[in-house]
Amino acid sequence: MNKEQNWTDICKLDDLVDNSGVCALVNGEQVAIFKVQTKDEAQFYAVSNWDPIGKANVLYRGLIGSVADKTVIISPLYKQRYCLQSGACLDDEQQNVSVYGVRVEGDKVQLDVV
Amino acid sequence: MSANTISIVVVGNGMVGHHFVEQITNHDKTDSSINYKVTVLSAEPRLAYDRVHLSEYFSGKTADDLALTTPEQYQALGVDFHLEAAVVDIDKQAKVVKTQSGQSFTYDKLIMATGSYPFVPPIEGNDQPHCLVYRTIEDLEDISASAKVSKTGVVVGGGLLGLEAANALREAGLETHVVEFAPQLMAVQVDTGGGRLLKDKIESLGVQVHTQKATQRIEAGQTSRYRMCFADGEFLETDMILFSAGIRPQDTLARQYELNIGERGGIVVDNHCVTSDPDIYAIGECALWNNFIFGLVAPGYTMARAAASHITGGDVEFLGADMSTKLKLMGVEVGSIGDAHARIPGAQTYIYENQPDGVYKKIVVNQEQSVLLGAVLVGDTSDYDTLLQYALNGIDLPENPESLILPVTGDAPSGGLGADALPDTATICSCHNVSKGDIIAAFDGGACDLSGVKSCTKASTGCGGCSALLKTVVDSELGKRGVEVKKDICEHFAYSRQELYHMVKVGKIKTFDDLIAKHGHGLGCEICKPAVGSIMASVWNDFVLEKPHVALQDTNDTYLGNMQKNGTYSVVPRIAGGEITPDKLIVLGQVAKKYNLYTKVTGGQRIDLFGARVEQLPPIWEALIAAGFETGHAYAKSLRTVKSCVGSTWCRYGVQDSVGQAIDLENRYKGLRAPHKIKFGVSGCTRECAEAQSKDIGVIATENGWNLYVCGNGGMKPRHADLFATDLDDATLVKYIDRVLMFYVATADRLQRTSVWLENLEGGLAYLQDVVINDSLGLGDELEQQMQHITDTYQCEWKTAIEDESSRKRFRQFVNSDESDKNVVFVQERAQIRPATEAELDTLVKSGKGTEQIIDIVELA
Ligand code: SRM
Ligand SMILES: Cc1cc2nc3c(=O)[nH]c(=O)nc-3n(C[C@H](O)[C@H](O)[C@H](O)COP(=O)(O)OP(=O)(O)OC[C@H]3O[C@@H](n4cnc5c(N)ncnc54)[C@H](O)[C@@H]3O)c2cc1C
Ligand code: SF4
Ligand code: FES
Repeated sequence: MNKEQNWTDICKLDDLVDNSGVCALVNGEQVAIFKVQTKDEAQFYAVSNWDPIGKANVLYRGLIGSVADKTVIISPLYKQRYCLQSGACLDDEQQNVSVYGVRVEGDKVQLDVV
Repeated sequence: MSANTISIVVVGNGMVGHHFVEQITNHDKTDSSINYKVTVLSAEPRLAYDRVHLSEYFSGKTADDLALTTPEQYQALGVDFHLEAAVVDIDKQAKVVKTQSGQSFTYDKLIMATGSYPFVPPIEGNDQPHCLVYRTIEDLEDISASAKVSKTGVVVGGGLLGLEAANALREAGLETHVVEFAPQLMAVQVDTGGGRLLKDKIESLGVQVHTQKATQRIEAGQTSRYRMCFADGEFLETDMILFSAGIRPQDTLARQYELNIGERGGIVVDNHCVTSDPDIYAIGECALWNNFIFGLVAPGYTMARAAASHITGGDVEFLGADMSTKLKLMGVEVGSIGDAHARIPGAQTYIYENQPDGVYKKIVVNQEQSVLLGAVLVGDTSDYDTLLQYALNGIDLPENPESLILPVTGDAPSGGLGADALPDTATICSCHNVSKGDIIAAFDGGACDLSGVKSCTKASTGCGGCSALLKTVVDSELGKRGVEVKKDICEHFAYSRQELYHMVKVGKIKTFDDLIAKHGHGLGCEICKPAVGSIMASVWNDFVLEKPHVALQDTNDTYLGNMQKNGTYSVVPRIAGGEITPDKLIVLGQVAKKYNLYTKVTGGQRIDLFGARVEQLPPIWEALIAAGFETGHAYAKSLRTVKSCVGSTWCRYGVQDSVGQAIDLENRYKGLRAPHKIKFGVSGCTRECAEAQSKDIGVIATENGWNLYVCGNGGMKPRHADLFATDLDDATLVKYIDRVLMFYVATADRLQRTSVWLENLEGGLAYLQDVVINDSLGLGDELEQQMQHITDTYQCEWKTAIEDESSRKRFRQFVNSDESDKNVVFVQERAQIRPATEAELDTLVKSGKGTEQIIDIVELA
């Protein structure tokens, strides 16, 4: 199924912090956006800001890390790890967070939200 | 059934008697055909305790800490026991023993484990109130009581125990003397050369040693309580006297019962520890084997095993024991192995002496120079384990035996014996008779690490002397089995925290990216990132929110506050020493009211404001900083609080200004990043109202200065701090704390409190004292300089954060909106806010109500 895309401008590229997160409010939804900067490239990820286990809007304030080849965000409350690509929680199969499309156009960061 | 029951009565519940009980009850479990009914009769008011570590009673261990068992454990083992039940009579024919209180017990087998008693030389006046001995917990209680009303103390006897007793008196703050009859200290274990050096070392620690002194009389003193008059006409005045002039086997009962007794005492036993009566055994310090009394616990344990084995039909025998010893007294290391005095005919010796460093080493070899017979080590016992293994296992000596004790220079290989060189029969732990083969068997049986080996072989759970060697053997065995001995901090770095600390410092690495590029892989994680952040901060002390460090910090460090359950933060300004002016208190109240924060006095003598939303943090701190507050680092692994009591300024008992000291210390160490949080306490007198002994660093005022305690802990596993040094002046106090803390920062594991660190530190407290007080690693100056650097570069992180636009930007809930998090909702309870529960949230969020509606907000003056 090919879902319609809806890219919305969120902020400037330099509002993001290397290897850290910020949070955007889009249509009442909180979305955590991360910039993972390695030597040669920058990767962008966006997931829901809601920590389903800690039950608070805090994921953007977590640490970015890696587990084997997966890039993860680690909840600041109780340290569960969520895969930034799939949203799956690596510490509890029952849990996951929604994943959003994110891209950089020029110096603008855009999210794909409905 | 009863035909199969054998009644065993054990007289004496010392260390060895208890070991026997363990052996026999353990056997019982595996063989059900015979039932051993064990009765223990103990003359002491408590069950067995660890006499070897008795002196630790003075450094805070309680009788419970020292206990080797409990009434419940004995009950569970089905052991009938009676306390304060000294046996006074044995009826030979009826096989009945009678106790002091008149109770009778019949036996099939009788075990004499009555140990020994301290010998008090027949000196006129030796029976006065402050003339004491050193053997039981009650003796120690008497010594403590006497020390409280004494200024000077004399130990009679300069042997192993005498020196240990002298150390206890010194730590109790007494001016301490040792009076020895022989021309040197520890004459049994150490030769003349070693004895001379030992004396110098002990005297340099402030204990006065008087050798070749025979006390003739103890009479009333002129300046002190007593005067000891010596045969040479000289005298010494003292308030208390502690006799430690040797032990005598407790064989009175056996004499009455006409068992064979040695010429100089001791119950004669054979290899099965059977006495001259086939149904009576003697084990431990009361037993005489081959005309020899073994005054150490390990041989006693072997005797206990031999006796138990004989009763149960096993084949363990007692065939003598090695009397080698290694100890550390007042920070002086002494080791003695085998034929220390080179008495074996044809023995040859090698001696190395380094007077400036206070090191003396001697080895004794056979005529052919192929086998090690004995050794004496004073000042440095690092070669002890290796030498002992050479001696015990008859391992062929290297071509130049002296290489075993000569200092290693340059790249020359050290003489250390790897675990691989040891034969399987090599005894690793003599207390529990564990050989290298037993350890390998433990692995085969499923043990997979050091603690597994310890719990299944009991190795290293006796005197503890073998712990270093045990670890070497275990590590080597793990290595052979392809188990990597992992100290890796996480999957991203194959290094321990200590190694990373080193790499950062030596490699002058200043960013995480650099470190992971050079020494790790991947992106890092919640373990290595904060650990590296903390290391960088300890080493370089840069602002933690500087760009390269931001992404490393745990959320608490990034947002300079502790995150609460609903995603809000707490605000804890520093209130050094717990002292606060009314004006500052008012400001705290105003800020709390303005931002509608929950307010609580913490357990650390300061005030915590809870419920600040992330975007409120900068303005809140701006207001606090303007009023003279600074960050309290409540979110960081660093110095938290220095708790104080009111001290001499107000308190009628105070002897020093504890508040002033607490404030100075808090200001010196604030901001120091460490493997875990650090807390101090400073009390103005011995009543200890600041509970300093439960802190990482505890300081207690004395008439003459400050006593320093280290490595205490409250929290999950409380630990009393150890007394580290006494009567320090301000400068020395700070110097010692600098060194202790910086050494901790350099060597501890991540998230290891000082308490656990010390407990895992090879050599323990004595080693730490050696490093800090005697500067044994030559690190002292460097540690102090590092601390000075931290102190000099201190900044209030909140001040830096609010002054810097880019870090301020981080405290936004949304990049694209000024709204706040709708999910953060409070309700009122006891006139303050608290986070709404999940159920409350549902209703409140739906009705669109937030905090603002609930509590009035005031303007900040
Ligand atoms: C606020 C306070 C409780 C209070 O209301 O009194 C508190 C609150 C917290 N303590 Fe504590 N502890 C507080 C005093 C203590 C004390 C008492 C003391 O310091 O005298 C102890 C025992 C003493 C000790 O540390 O040895 C204490 C032992 C702990 C421990 C267990 C540490 C341990 O070694 O076992 C933790 C967990 C940890 O650090 O890993 C902990 C962790 C925490 C955390 C940080 C848990 C967390 O991650 O959210 C709490 C957050 C505080 C915040 O948001 O500011 N807190 N905590 C106290 C703050 C004192 C201060 O002014 O800074
Ligand atoms: C301060 C100190 C430090 C030491 N340090 C070391 C060390 O580092 N390494 C080492 O190997 N050894 C050390 N020792 C020696 C070690 O403690 C002893 O070798 C060991 O305790 C001997 O055990 P035991 O059971 O034979 O005797 P004990 O432990 O003396 O036990 C004998 C028990 O029998 C009781 N008893 C006596 N007569 C009767 C009776 N008639 N009826 C009932 N009960 C009776 C006694 O009250 C006592 O409780 C130290 C000893 C002391 C005092
Ligand atoms: S004891 Fe537990 S609940 Fe209470 S403040 Fe400390 S960490 Fe929090
Ligand atoms: S040698 Fe005493 S515990 Fe191992």
